[in-house]
Parts: sequence; C-alpha cells; structure tokens
Amino acid sequence: MEKRLITLNVNGIDYELYINPKTLLVEAIRDYIGLTGTKRGCDTVSCGACTVMIDGMSVKSCAVLAVQAEGYKITTVEGLEKDGKLAPVQEAFLDEGAYQCGFCTAGMLMSAQALLNENPNPTEWEIREGIEGNICRCTGYNSIVRAIQAVAKGKYMEVKS
Amino acid sequence: MIEKYAVLYPHTKFHVINTHVRNIDGVAKVTGRAVYTFDVKLPGMLYGKILRSPHPHAKILNIDFSKALELPGVMGVVTGKDTLGVKQGIWRRYKDLCDEQILPVDKVRYIGEPVAAVAAITEEIAEKVLNLIDVDYEVLPAVFEPLDAIKKDAPEIHEGFERNINVTRHIEWGDVEEAFEEADYIREDWFKCGGQAHMCMETRCAVSSYTPDGKLTIYHSNQSPYYMQALMAGVLGIREGDIRVISHYVGGGFGGKFELDGAIFCSAVLSMKLRRPVKIVYTREEDFIATKRRTPMYYYTRTGVKKDGTFCAREAKVFTNGGAYTGMGATALYLTGFFHSFPYRWKAYRYDGYRVYTNTLPSTSMRGFGAPQAMWCSEQQIEWIAADLGLDPIEMRRKNAHHEAYVIPGQATIQSCGIQQCFDEIQKWIKTKGKLPKNRAIGISAAGFMSGGIFNWFDTPYAFSAAMVIINQDGTVELHVGAQDIGQGSNTTLAIICAEALGVKVEDIKVHSGDTDFCPPDLGAWGSRQTLMAGNAVKMAAEDAKRQLLEFAYAQSGMNIVYDLDIKDRWVHAIARPERGNDYTELVKKALRGKDGHRIIGRGYYTPHRKGMISPAYSYMLQGVEVEVDEETGKIRLVDSLTAHDCGQPINHLGLIGQLEGAFSMAAGYGYLEYMPYEDGKLMNPNLVDYKVMRATEMPPTPVAEIDTYEPEGPYGAKEAGEGLTNPTAAAIGNALFHLFGIQIKECPIKPEMVLNTLKEKREKEKNSKK
Repeated sequence: MEKRLITLNVNGIDYELYINPKTLLVEAIRDYIGLTGTKRGCDTVSCGACTVMIDGMSVKSCAVLAVQAEGYKITTVEGLEKDGKLAPVQEAFLDEGAYQCGFCTAGMLMSAQALLNENPNPTEWEIREGIEGNICRCTGYNSIVRAIQAVAKGKYMEVKS
Repeated sequence: MIEKYAVLYPHTKFHVINTHVRNIDGVAKVTGRAVYTFDVKLPGMLYGKILRSPHPHAKILNIDFSKALELPGVMGVVTGKDTLGVKQGIWRRYKDLCDEQILPVDKVRYIGEPVAAVAAITEEIAEKVLNLIDVDYEVLPAVFEPLDAIKKDAPEIHEGFERNINVTRHIEWGDVEEAFEEADYIREDWFKCGGQAHMCMETRCAVSSYTPDGKLTIYHSNQSPYYMQALMAGVLGIREGDIRVISHYVGGGFGGKFELDGAIFCSAVLSMKLRRPVKIVYTREEDFIATKRRTPMYYYTRTGVKKDGTFCAREAKVFTNGGAYTGMGATALYLTGFFHSFPYRWKAYRYDGYRVYTNTLPSTSMRGFGAPQAMWCSEQQIEWIAADLGLDPIEMRRKNAHHEAYVIPGQATIQSCGIQQCFDEIQKWIKTKGKLPKNRAIGISAAGFMSGGIFNWFDTPYAFSAAMVIINQDGTVELHVGAQDIGQGSNTTLAIICAEALGVKVEDIKVHSGDTDFCPPDLGAWGSRQTLMAGNAVKMAAEDAKRQLLEFAYAQSGMNIVYDLDIKDRWVHAIARPERGNDYTELVKKALRGKDGHRIIGRGYYTPHRKGMISPAYSYMLQGVEVEVDEETGKIRLVDSLTAHDCGQPINHLGLIGQLEGAFSMAAGYGYLEYMPYEDGKLMNPNLVDYKVMRATEMPPTPVAEIDTYEPEGPYGAKEAGEGLTNPTAAAIGNALFHLFGIQIKECPIKPEMVLNTLKEKREKEKNSKK
C-alpha cells in the first residue's frame, strides 16, 4: 500500500507523518510521534490501555487508523497537564492512589477525563460504566472511582483570584 | 498504633509512617513520563519474534530457516543449537528441578513453547518471517491432567521422573491417627482448583543489548532484577557482573515475572549473535499461552473435629498440575500444604503434595502462592462441618484460631496475631446487614499469609535484602535498594521507612531501585517479603547513617552522655529537650567537613535466621462477602464486602488500601470469573475478550477494618499486606452460595452453569427423597 502524508493534531501540535495507511492511531502516537505515555495491553480492543481523547471523547486508539484521526484534536496523557500544572484528574489519582503499576493509567485517565467532559456530575454507577472498558489489574478500581468522584465534587477546582 | 502498643513501644510515635503520602513514582505514572520496558527504544534496535510449538509434546527433528534468512530485513534466526543448552530453573540448589531450556534443543513439552527466535529491522517483518521457518517434529503422545500423568502407562515428559512426579512435599506434626481417634466427626472432600493467568497489563517484554566489550545490558519487565541477572549469567555462560538488568517501571507482576521468560532469553541470545539491541514484546495471546499460571490443584482433605467444634486432625493429599516445567511451582507445592492448616491450631496435621508434570503451560507462583487454593478447600469444608454439627461457623473458627505466641510444631512461631479482632469486626458487620433479600447471602472466609520466605533454594550468597543510604551535603538522601517496585509501592514504603528512621521528610529521599548496576542484590518482589525484609534493611541503613551524623552532634553539643540525641522532621535535638536543637542540614554540612569530605553512608541488610521453616511473621484476615445470584442464569454478583485485616503497623497507608482492594479484585476473579479451559493442551481463551477479569462495574465496595497489632520482627511492627488477601475471597463466595442454596461447589472458579447444575441436582435429590 502506498504511504501517505498526513497531519495529526496531538495535544495542540500538528505533526506531519508519512505513513502506511493501515497504521493504527496508537502506533502513530507511540512509534512515529514518540509519545509513549499511551500504552497497549491487548490485540482485541479489550483493555483500554491505549485510550486517548478525540475531540474530547474517549477512543481506543488501537481501534482507529491514524488516517481516520486526521482533522481532529487528539489528546493523550501528555496533553492533560497545562504549563507544568497537573490536571484535576491527575491530582486526584495521586491523592487517592488510583494507580499502582501505572500501565493502564494513561488510558484510565483519558476515560475519566472524557467521562467528566460529557457528564461533570456522574453518579457512582455512571463512573463505573465510564471506565468499564479499561482494565486495571492492580487497584480493583474503587480508588479510581473515588478519584473521579473527588474531581466531580470540585475538590481540585482552580481558585480564581 | 493503639494505647497498648504505644506503652510497650514508646518509640512508635511516628512522623511519617502511616500518614497520607502520595506514591513517590506517582507523577511519572500519571503524566506518561514513566518509561517501561515496553517503551524502550535503543539506537540500531532490532525487533524479535518467537516461533512457538503447535504441539503439546514432540521431538524437534530439524529446523530449516534458510528461506527465512532470504527475506529482506531479516537479520538473524536462533534456535536451541545457538544456546549452551543449559537446563535452568529458579531452584538452583536442586539440579533435578532445573529442567527448562528456554529454547529447547530436542523436545517441546507444551503448546506455545519457544522453538526459534528471529530478529528483523521491523516487528512486522519479524512476525512475517516466522512462517518461513520449517520445523520437522516427531509428535509424541501427550498427557494433560495430573491424575492421568501419574498413571503407569502415561507418556514420560522428563527423563527419569517416574510417573511424571516432579516434586513431592511432606508436612506433618502430631500423631495424626491418634488425633483422628479423638474426633467425634470426620469429613472428607475432594476439590478441584483452576489455574489463573497473572494477566499483567504490561506483557512480558525485554530489550537486550550485547556490546563487543562483552557486556550485556537488559531492560526487562520483572519482579527481581537480581534473579534475572543471576539466571541469565547461568544460561549464557557469562559473569553476573557483566550483565546489567534495568527494570525501572514494571507493568505488574503478581508472581509471574521472576523467572526467566522467552522475551529476556531470546532477545539476549539474538543480541549476542548479532551485536545489536533486540527488543521482544509478547502479544497478549503469547502472554496467555507461553508464560506461566497459577497452579491448578486436585485437593483431598479429611478433617476430624470434636462435637463442640474443637479441631483435632487434618490430613490432605494434593496433586498439582505442574505443567511442563518446575519454575516456582515447587514452592507453591510446599506453601499450599502449609497454608491449608491456616489459621488454625491442629493437634495433628499431615500433608502430602505431589507436583505432576503434564504437557501444558507450566504452573508457578501467583499472588497467594498456593494459599488461595488451600483456603478455597479448607474454608469451605470448615463451613460445611460447622453446618453438619449445628455450630456457629465464626465461633467454631474463633475457638481454633492461632494466637500470639502459638507455635506451629516444627514450622513456625506466631508472634503477632489479630485474628480474634477480625472475627469481632466481621460479626458486627453481619449484624448490621440484618435480613438480606431472598437471592443474597453472606459468605465468610479466614486466611493468613507469610511476610517473606526464609528459604534459599535460589542459593544466593548475598543477604536476602540490602540497602544503602547516602546523605548529600544539602540533606537529600540517596536510598539504594534491590527491592523491586512492580506497582505495589515498595519504593514509597521504603522511602517512608527511611525518612522515619533518619528523621527527614519523604521528599528528601530519592529511591534508586530496578538497576543491578546501582542497587544491592535483593531477592526482589515475591512472597510478600519486601516490607519486612527490605524494610528492615532500609531501617538499619538509615539508622547507621543517623548514628554517624549524631556522633558529630554529640561532639559539638558537649552534652552529658546519658542524654539521647535524635533527629525528627529535619530537627536535631535532645530527646528530653526537643525544643532545643539544630537544623539537620547544618549538621550534615559539618559532618562532611569532619569526615574530610567523605559522604555519610549507612548500610543495612536482612537475612532471616532461626525463624522456623516458612516466614518470620504472618498476617491474618477474615473477609465477608455479600453475594447475589440470579437463579435463572446462575450468574454471580458481588454486592458488598468487608475485610478485617491484621498487617501489624501500616507503613504506607494509601499503598496498603490499594493493595487490599486490588487483591480483592484478583481473588474474586479467581472465585468466579477467570477460567483457563484447555482442550488437548491448548488454551481455549487466550485473549481478553474470552478471558474475563474484574471490570469496574463488577467490583463491590471493599472497605477494610484495620486490626492493630505490632509485629516484633517487622520494621516498626509491620508485616505482610496485599498478597494474603488473595486467599479468602473464592472460598467466601463459595460459602455464600452454600448459605443461599445449601449447595456445595467443589470446583473453582465457579461458573454459572456449575451453580445451576448443582442447584438442579440438589432439588431433584430433595424431590426424590420426599417421594
């Protein structure tokens, strides 16, 4: 298949890539752009470790071709912090210990952020459903649920002076 | 720390221990900065793939890879013939049990076993080229179940192992026959316990780089860099010191990542041949079919009790499905036998375990290390006995439970034990639950676990754990440990211990771990050993460094020598007059001048001596699980739970809660979700669509009632947490089903159809007996 020149907007930056059209988005992000925060944990779109946000919605980046993501705003875990300041979900994950080995964490954070984008005040059940597509083998999820609840309750809201 | 212990141990007023401390690796992990082996890319790196056996048992007659080498981009192929053919194993003291060539020379023994490995300039080419390698096999008869493999006419899997029996273990105390004589009631049951995949989120992976100076650097996802270094030296015929293993961030271990795997071995062999870095990453399927698994077991257990519920004797016989090789399975065989007695006092106890080779995936250690199987059988049988005798199951357990200063004859001395308070907590919880809906019931299960093993079958000449503390001129601290953080938070726990002992803050400590060039050898993360063993080593090292600092402080102060100096929160002061003191950083600077510029270096180590046969200390727990069953489908839902848990003095509170919640999810998975069905030696569900693990929607609340005890063997009174809690849950779920329907399910994980079938059988039996 003939290679194509595409432009991907990742974390606000345009990256020009010359790639095989069958390249997956996760491969483009990790192997071409070099942002390795996003992980892969399976080959069957089951584990959610590769979850990123496309225009603010959570998408498993192993289920999308890089060429399909052209023209959208892609956010990876590296794009959550702003000017060196961590996002509320990141702070909440730290406070609740909502990660252990950390391998699912990037994907989990993106699902959490996408859920909160769509529904700023989710019920506990909505949170659980929101992260159901992400496997975490370490935490048993409850600390993650607590972290998302803490963000929803406004614990990490910026104080505007 | 409750009053009782504060009086006995006045030094246990803590500044750092058990406070809210964020994981020190947290920022790296929540921002994507943490670099795992999976992420490592070296200049000139090649990608490797492994060709695997499609047969469960076959002789390798010939491997022809000439066509493979013609494919552009292929750099090399290796087979068993390119290796020294060393049969390796983690039980290095016992040559018989070193039985695995990772690239076998002449025979394969399970489906998925490596046969050849290739390196190419891209992963895609490496994958494609596997089809161009022709292997001639002579297929041999195979056997898959231990009870078949011990038959006289079964195929021989390893030469010289009669009836395929790989290891036997015997544990006995008291006069078993006499103790059974004293029993009023004897019950015997057969149980079957399934396997379980570790299913680490980061699959097995390695990057090996061999350079012309004869040095090998390996990035590898593992639980013990020292084990990898030592084992690789053995199989490659090079010195340990010429191998550097780096494992900074590890995407989960759970007992499956401290033996050699195909990724580390094949990448190293390829790199030594090609003099280029080679990376091998297992696919999820490879991780399922060609790593190792929790040991499946057939359990026979016979228990004798008195009418009043006093336990007399227990006798157990266990046959485990060892799969093709020994690995850590030999340890699991011993530990399952020991923990089958837990946490109760038996006048007499006898265990005979047989680990049997089969042509299936090798089985090994997994979180709980044989104990979840032991508890699944023991705790259900005890529940049934209580019902048979009309006794309260909690009170019957309470009456027979371990206590402080109890000696398990010939095996162990229990120093701290909070199991009685665990019974209290669960009883209270059950009361608050009141009457449950018709389709729900509560099941309970007790458990206990070790805090590190005392055994040295690895034959290390080093201390089991070691630590080094170096103080910089600005007061910051370099803590070097060989303990391995695989997500359980040992870096943070050890930083807390170091900060507490030295009298500084957690943010002053930099932990160096996961690199054999810069960290002392340590057995690593398994058997719940690090908090106690590495923790003691760190405490000793920090106290050594502090003592050196305080020498200068004493010399400077001119104080009467009967007074004690201490450092807390970076404040150097006389204990009797804490308000008078000096800044810690100033003291460090002076001490440096006083030592002619030599840095303050504290050293610590820990090796267990005279601590019985198993472990220096034991955790205790009791768990209650509220279970709901859909009678139409047999589907199980976990509604609620409470765990009462005694881990001595908690050190890292956030880490502790995380470990206990995580253990619950893995243990519940073993109870009712995670099946590993094999057909003719082939795993039928090697992917995350068909192999179910707990999801967020399936987790019940998992609160913990912490029981306060003080363990004299542990650093600051701490002992195991996080592995032991994998033990009770499956049995608690089984016991809930017993109370709900009166059914006794003797096979785990419990599938919905097993619930339905057992229920149907029971109802038919009842109907027939009424007729």
